[in-house]
Amino acid sequence: MATSDVKLLGAWPSPFALRVHIALNIKSIDYECLEENLLAKSQLLLQSNPVHKKIPVLIHHDKPICESLAIVQYIDEAWSSAPSILPSDPYDRAVARFWAAYIDDKWFPWLNGVANAQGAEAKKAALDQVREGLVVLEEAFGKCSKGKDFFSGDRIGYVDIALGCFLRWVYVAEKRNDVKLLVEDKMPGLAAWANKFCEDGAVKDVMPDKDELLEFANMILEARAKLNASSNN
Amino acid sequence: MADEIILLDFWPSMFGMKVRIALAEKGLKYEYRDEDLFNKGPLLLEMNPIHKKIPVLIHNGKPICESQIIVQYIDEVWKDKSPLLPSDPYHRAQARFWADYIDKKLHLLGQRLWRTKGEEQEANKEYIECLKLLEGELGDKPYFGGENFGFVDVNLMPYFSWLYVFEIAANFSIEAECPKLITWAKRCMEKESVSTSLPDRQKLYDFFLQLKKWHGIE
Repeated sequence: MATSDVKLLGAWPSPFALRVHIALNIKSIDYECLEENLLAKSQLLLQSNPVHKKIPVLIHHDKPICESLAIVQYIDEAWSSAPSILPSDPYDRAVARFWAAYIDDKWFPWLNGVANAQGAEAKKAALDQVREGLVVLEEAFGKCSKGKDFFSGDRIGYVDIALGCFLRWVYVAEKRNDVKLLVEDKMPGLAAWANKFCEDGAVKDVMPDKDELLEFANMILEARAKLNASSNN
Repeated sequence: MADEIILLDFWPSMFGMKVRIALAEKGLKYEYRDEDLFNKGPLLLEMNPIHKKIPVLIHNGKPICESQIIVQYIDEVWKDKSPLLPSDPYHRAQARFWADYIDKKLHLLGQRLWRTKGEEQEANKEYIECLKLLEGELGDKPYFGGENFGFVDVNLMPYFSWLYVFEIAANFSIEAECPKLITWAKRCMEKESVSTSLPDRQKLYDFFLQLKKWHGIE
């Protein structure tokens, strides 16, 4: 298949775009990556995702697919040869979708909330909440993995991708706040899983560099703080 | 072996309605249990310990939570009758996209219609714009699913049972703004799976008045 048949509109710091990179790699799909400048969105992005104007967008045979988890499921269905990303059993699929929804609707907003929390007390509460979410996910990992390396078993799958894409941002939150979130003695399963996930062949070349992401996060969060300070005057 | 299906639900819930419609579309027999959300039963707390919310489908003792996930599960298990998601991956992705839009955007805007005082005009306008976008997606098709009632139709219809309530509460009408959606809603209501799954409008409105009181909104 020609490279230009599959295009990914993404942005290197985005965990949501990372999900799509990983899914494409799992299926060994050749694709063209178009890096978006989120402060000056391209015409292609605005045309491809007129509703949300957000990345990631997968463009396959000139047809756009939006929303990272919908894209991952699309990739799994359109390239249906192994390896599979979602399980084949409908009940297991429902469980995988449940945890991906928990990550997106509950846990990620908590992680995002850390940066927005103002003052030491609010920060601590936000960080505690992220950790509590990870304890829930530790239990989920135990049940889903059944002693294997990943949520999906022997190979990375849907929930691994849904959560793993945030690992670098967890690192950023840890460094910026001088705390540990992925605490090994409280979450041994997830701690081991995190290392294996980052080393996986479909992940390691597309995971953003830790220090580069930290520098990027510092830059945007400091710019945002300055903006808030000046608008409060 | 006969399937044992239990639905833990709450009759005014839009999310519960989606599951009822999906079960009816597949012609499935199930036990309906209305939960008291102020006094949640042990079965609900056991079956959905993470969110403690309805709807929960219990199929042969195993729980499935989150309405969109439940509807997809129903569609995949009972795949031989009335398929809800299209077979083509691209159209499936589009259906998931719009279902997500309905659950996130439309739902949020609907809540703003009656929960925020002083922003009514803005809230009404945004809600209608959201509906117009959906109307654009419907186009001239009889259903969002095309010739057949499908996943997006299942997801949107419950909002229309609440729309009657919102129109009175927020004092606006979508008839002039979204005529195609009104026609679509009437077409959907002609289906038995839909009309038997949605609550009586007046009963819903009375419930809404109670809900407002409970939230301290006049």
